Amino acid sequence: MSGCTFAEKALARAAGLPAVRAGDIVDVTPDVVLSHDNSAAIRRIFAETGAPRIAYPDRVVITLDHAVPAPTSRHAQNHAEIRQWVQEQGIRHFFDVGRGICHQVLGEEALILPGETILGADSHTTHHGWLGAFGAGVGRTELAALWATGQLWLRVPEAARITLTGRLAPGVTAKDVGLRLLREIGADGALYRSLEFAGDALSALSLDERAVLPNLLAESGAKNVYLPPDQAVFDYLEPRRTRDYVPLYPDPDATYVADYHLDVSDLPPQIALPHRPDQVVDLGDVLGQPVHQAFLGTCTNGRFEDLQAAAQIVRGRQVRCRLLVIPASAQVLRQAVQTGVLDTLLAAGATISTPGCGPCMGNHMGVPAPEEATISSGNRNFRGRMGTPDAPIYLASPYVVAASALAGCIADPREYLS
Amino acid sequence: MITLHRCWVYGDDVNTDVIFPGKYTYTLTAPDELAAHALEDLDPAFAQEVQPGDVIVAGRNWGCGSSREQAVTALKAAGVAAIIAASFSRIYFRNCINQGLLPIVCPELHRLVRTGDQIGIDRAAGQIVLQDGRVFPIPPLSPSVQAILDAGGLLPMLQRRFKGGA
Repeated sequence: MSGCTFAEKALARAAGLPAVRAGDIVDVTPDVVLSHDNSAAIRRIFAETGAPRIAYPDRVVITLDHAVPAPTSRHAQNHAEIRQWVQEQGIRHFFDVGRGICHQVLGEEALILPGETILGADSHTTHHGWLGAFGAGVGRTELAALWATGQLWLRVPEAARITLTGRLAPGVTAKDVGLRLLREIGADGALYRSLEFAGDALSALSLDERAVLPNLLAESGAKNVYLPPDQAVFDYLEPRRTRDYVPLYPDPDATYVADYHLDVSDLPPQIALPHRPDQVVDLGDVLGQPVHQAFLGTCTNGRFEDLQAAAQIVRGRQVRCRLLVIPASAQVLRQAVQTGVLDTLLAAGATISTPGCGPCMGNHMGVPAPEEATISSGNRNFRGRMGTPDAPIYLASPYVVAASALAGCIADPREYLS
Repeated sequence: MITLHRCWVYGDDVNTDVIFPGKYTYTLTAPDELAAHALEDLDPAFAQEVQPGDVIVAGRNWGCGSSREQAVTALKAAGVAAIIAASFSRIYFRNCINQGLLPIVCPELHRLVRTGDQIGIDRAAGQIVLQDGRVFPIPPLSPSVQAILDAGGLLPMLQRRFKGGA
């Protein structure tokens, strides 16, 4: 009998079973249950279930991030309902307006740890694979069920392996790797699968960069995405964690239904064209396309190193189109202030908004006009995603977003890196 | 029993942003409000002309993208009786089950019917029947998943557990 994949080991642990296999359907008890601005809608479903209280309030994390600060009184009412609920149920892990995007905040607070399982009412819950956790998105009714019972059924996914080798060239980032993989795998190539990374290129990536991969690869249809945690992850967690953990690694003889390999050494910057995250080409193929707005932020690329990368490009220069900077968290914002990165961005003509999701899903803070093109460091460019159906969205790395802001058109950041 | 359904046919990789735009997700809650915006950025005619009992027939990866459940509830509120796709994104598939809306995986159908065509669905026999007599199987679900669908969705199932059979 062959060995186990990460997904098989993680879901066996979460289900309290000695072993599970791909295809099994198991009832798991996740370590963390995540929701955000949708918590008010989930509360209303929960109220209908008849459950007396949240079963495990200490496992519940709620972050207000999707439309913050409230753009309308209806959004404000939604937030107020959530605050009241949090108080009623004694939910300790509540993060109010401005603390940051849920996935980023969970990492900063070390609320999810290697080998653990997190289910979230957010499709980018795959994000938490950056530190070796099993993270998967679920729907609102399922989240209500998790509050009520602490449990949910999951099918143990088949796994595919992605081996990354080599070293990235200057001006090329994990975002370019992720986009290149989406180009190869496609929007449904990893449907229902656990994507499990391997290879010596991973340990060379900073922790900020590692988080890009499991976040962005949600766009391949994957159920969860896993990076093997190493000493850098353990060192990061040590001063922050409040409980013990056991990291999980796939067995060397685990069964994979697909095997991808990418040598990142010769990879040029990549860009996703409107209106699909997997419609990816080499940046060089679309240089000069006009851009009216550049957006640096989101759970994919709104971390400190992303702001730092953009600052490196725009230092001493002036943007030629709107550059919106929305840090992924208050902590990122403070670090950008303390290091002078924010000042560099502002001096170049950037503007800044409250940490959170910003205009990523079209709520506010940078909705484009019809026909206006946006280049975004985010993960989705579906038609209408940013609130306007006829506004094209390109997805690229923070370097490319910053260079394009300077040029007013899609530009190669390597020309600005000295 | 065979029930007859009018088809709305769409392609591959239809994402939840065009099924139900993100800008409405924290403000619209009433079923008729959701239904009014169903497929708004994909097919503006849909919300105007959809009738109870209609079905969606789509290509691969229907419902990719955001986890928003309104991408299912908006269609259900609009009267959609089933969604038949070559494949479903995983969260969308779960959301269908949890809302008691039958998701049917059928790789061929979107190539064989056009918007406005009628098809028959025989749930008891587990079959889709075309007007020319061709028949396609409805793949069985695992017993635990079928039980949720049979209960009318996850919420009725939870109500049974906590309220003892509401």
